[in-house]
Amino acid sequence: MFQHDRLNSEITLFQKIKNLDYILLISIILLSLLSVFVMYSTDGGEILFHTKNHFLKLVVFFPLMIFVAFFNIKFWHNLSYIIYLLVILLLVYVSFFGIKSSGSQRWMDLYLFVLQPSELMKVAIIMCLAKYYHRLKIENVNSFTSITIVLTIICIPIIFVIAQPDLGTSILIALSGLIILWLGGVKIKYFIYSLITFLISLPFIISFLKPYQKLRILTFLDPDRDPLGAGYQIIQSKIAIGSGGLDGKGFLKGTQSYLDFLPEKHTDFIFTLFSEEFGFIGSVGLLILYSIIIFRIVRIGSISRSNFARLFCFGYAFAIFIYIVVNLSMVLGLLPIVGSPLPIMSYGGSSMLATMIGFGIVLSAKINHKQMIA
Amino acid sequence: MIKSNSGIRKTDVINRRMFIIGAAKIVVFVGIIARLFSLQINENKKYLTLSDKNRIREWKLPPTRGNIVDYFGNVIAGNLKVYQLHIIPEQVENFNYLLVRLKNLLNLSEKKISRINKLKAELKPWDSIIVSENLSWSQFVKINNYLYDLVGVKPVMTISRNYPFNDVYTHVLGYVSQPNEQEILDNQIIQERFVPGMKIGKLGLEKRLENHLIGTNAIQRYEVNAYGKRINQLEHQKGQQGSKIRLTVDTEIQKACGELLNEKAGSISVMDIYTGDIIAMYSSPSYDPNLFLFGISQDEWQLIRNNPLKPLINKTISGLYSPGSTIKPIVALSALENKVIDTKFKVKCTGKMELYGQTFHCWKEKGHGWVSLKNAMKQSCDTYFYEVARLLGVDRLNITAEKFGLGKKVLGEYFDTEKRGLFPNTKWKKNNIGKGWVLGETLITGIGQGYIQSTPLQLCLMTAQIANGGYAIKPKIIVDSNPVSYEDAKQSMESGLLFDSNSDSLLDKKLFLDKKNIKIVQEAMFSSTNERFGTSYKSRIDDPKYQFAGKTGTAQVKRISKRERELDLELEQIPYKDRDHALYVAYGPYVKPRYALSIIVEHGGSGSKAAAPIAKKLFKLIIDRHDLRNEQSNFERITI
Repeated sequence: MFQHDRLNSEITLFQKIKNLDYILLISIILLSLLSVFVMYSTDGGEILFHTKNHFLKLVVFFPLMIFVAFFNIKFWHNLSYIIYLLVILLLVYVSFFGIKSSGSQRWMDLYLFVLQPSELMKVAIIMCLAKYYHRLKIENVNSFTSITIVLTIICIPIIFVIAQPDLGTSILIALSGLIILWLGGVKIKYFIYSLITFLISLPFIISFLKPYQKLRILTFLDPDRDPLGAGYQIIQSKIAIGSGGLDGKGFLKGTQSYLDFLPEKHTDFIFTLFSEEFGFIGSVGLLILYSIIIFRIVRIGSISRSNFARLFCFGYAFAIFIYIVVNLSMVLGLLPIVGSPLPIMSYGGSSMLATMIGFGIVLSAKINHKQMIA
Repeated sequence: MIKSNSGIRKTDVINRRMFIIGAAKIVVFVGIIARLFSLQINENKKYLTLSDKNRIREWKLPPTRGNIVDYFGNVIAGNLKVYQLHIIPEQVENFNYLLVRLKNLLNLSEKKISRINKLKAELKPWDSIIVSENLSWSQFVKINNYLYDLVGVKPVMTISRNYPFNDVYTHVLGYVSQPNEQEILDNQIIQERFVPGMKIGKLGLEKRLENHLIGTNAIQRYEVNAYGKRINQLEHQKGQQGSKIRLTVDTEIQKACGELLNEKAGSISVMDIYTGDIIAMYSSPSYDPNLFLFGISQDEWQLIRNNPLKPLINKTISGLYSPGSTIKPIVALSALENKVIDTKFKVKCTGKMELYGQTFHCWKEKGHGWVSLKNAMKQSCDTYFYEVARLLGVDRLNITAEKFGLGKKVLGEYFDTEKRGLFPNTKWKKNNIGKGWVLGETLITGIGQGYIQSTPLQLCLMTAQIANGGYAIKPKIIVDSNPVSYEDAKQSMESGLLFDSNSDSLLDKKLFLDKKNIKIVQEAMFSSTNERFGTSYKSRIDDPKYQFAGKTGTAQVKRISKRERELDLELEQIPYKDRDHALYVAYGPYVKPRYALSIIVEHGGSGSKAAAPIAKKLFKLIIDRHDLRNEQSNFERITI
């Protein structure tokens, strides 16, 4: 025990740099560069607002990731609950004083950029629950008390986010939380029962949805019912992706986006533009790049000595996976449209900040993978 | 150690659960790749088409109409470059300032300004507003000089219909103008090729031959963005001009007709007696079809519409007149054919004829004394023809008259405004009026009055068929793909081998029973013009090259009362509306006939004074142009 403590406290900066996961790092850099080029394409082949800002955010948030990584994983473990509470406070603040935009109140103005606390919650919830299960005795995992506590931890932020309203992000937060429950050892039958209960109450839930949300579900079921209205986005997205073909229309030659047929091309539909210009080959390539990132995170988790690091890495890998799946399923017409960005690729500071912090903690776990946490 | 054990057990649980998740992740990613494959590889074609449909839009440009030329190739309906002024609202910096500037430069009316403002509100900002469809050259130059100050203004050169001879061919050609909704719906071709600003035939041949003249659209393909704005031009596909149509008419003769009928209401038709080619058909007064191209002003329209001489009516084919004495050659022919009379048959004219207590007057109060056919025709003795009609009966007369084209449309397929006219018989009266035929009606039918109604073109055709020896011809105004040459037609008629171009029934071509009878009528018509006391003797031409034979007619438009007959008023003393119509039919040259004509001067008075002198002036020109016409016969052939 003593030996380990000594080992960790004496780790030098040089060793830290040496211990970074370079495959993960290179993948993240590649993805970042790719995202700048794609953003350049959404600006119509010019360096305009989106390209500049996206690049600027990468320049700021990438060093932030390294900065985060250089803190000991134990430090993040100790801070987990506080970070969670802090983000909750931000959510409370936003629900009272946040900036309103197109019918929802999700943002707060930080002068330098506009922060969306719900994006930070996607990472904070994983940290908080990872710490909880790290400390929870395996015998107590399925106790009534512990399950009540974790469900409360998940529900509090979700209530605030749904109230904003932001269905997409709240679903992602819920899934990020639930995966830790799964990994922590909550009985499979509980998941199955919950799923059955959820399916049975689905019609009831739908009746509580806002009219535009109902419309999205109807549109998903039949995009052609209103091709110029509600179904427009998904139809145009499918046209763009489908017309890309095997090798795409070529960089800066995606007519669907260049001629403004694609909505939200900077944010939620960024993959559509990428896929139109780079085709099936490019799309699969991007998925492989994401897979490498996910795999590396999982690997770091599995070599971590502490269960906190392990839970966080596995949970975060799953979260990244879920973001990608939800986003791609949406633009491919496999899921109804819910606002969800594609990590790193989509334009949006908060999402990138949260993602980079997550990567930072993962890298910290890698640097300190031998660290034991009491 | 227990704690550490617990930690290890927990790690196992986490790892096991992670393994399940990992497997699930792979399955989901494979699913997404499968979806990508299905969209991008399997359905690529479909989505590529949809993408092109999104981005490529076609703009049709108005097609260029085919030219219409006369027999000699002179363009009588062509196309002209016109200068237009367009505004592109999105390029305009200050719209109100621009309008004020344009208003001053072009003298635009308030109404026009408000219409431009209305259009601006309706159209997309990048759609051009047409301010002026037809700028004069000086206006165009002016605009170009001030262009630096007129941001967003585009001077445009485009093509518009043009009628170089103005009012000369209006009733033949009609005119073009913007189509209304019904016209677009009614014609499939117009519907397909319609673009705003396009003009279609509204009347006459322009309307009838629309599908030949219309031409095909030029097509510009543009890449557009999601809002429909043009980004760049991809392709320009040239349109094809409409077919060129060659008519049988002669502009010089047509123009002369117009001048001869100047300020009179009436009509002149000239026809080739062998080929049926219409050399001229002029209805007076006419109007300028160019006025309709860019929307006729209300004032100009009212002027045309309210003109008492009725310029809107094509009198040649839509005007119905009593033929008056011009019917007498047919009455004579019918009587000869039916062997009711012969050349020796004589009637004593005392100036009137009594029948069942009714008096029928001859135009000559003192009477003509004993007259034979030749003299009766020469002096147009009404009493003789009363007697002949009485002996002949209206039904037999009707058969001959209809054979020669009366009561039937002459050019029906070309002009939908053409009238059939009417040649009555007993059956007709019973069916249409419901009363029995009265003998008195036969008498007045014999001098071309009463129920009988004919168009000037019918009288021309009737005369032509007498002139060519009694053979049916098919009048036409468009040179068809297989024109019958003058010589062929003439030879075939004279040799008895009836000429047949469109495999009509051969026997129908022969309109007589005995060729001698035609000759008798021809000689009688000759004497009417070329012998002393003939009604048109004063209008004769002695030179055999131009010498023609004809028959005058004076058609009453109202019943002459006894008092009026006694007063014997001069033409000027009678109200215009009550004056007789003056008619004249003729053919020439008499030795080798080639052309027939009919002239009608509405309310012109007597045929010999008002109509026959016109024929004299016209015949010289017609005959002089005959050789030129012959040289042109192989000029160009167009299939219709």
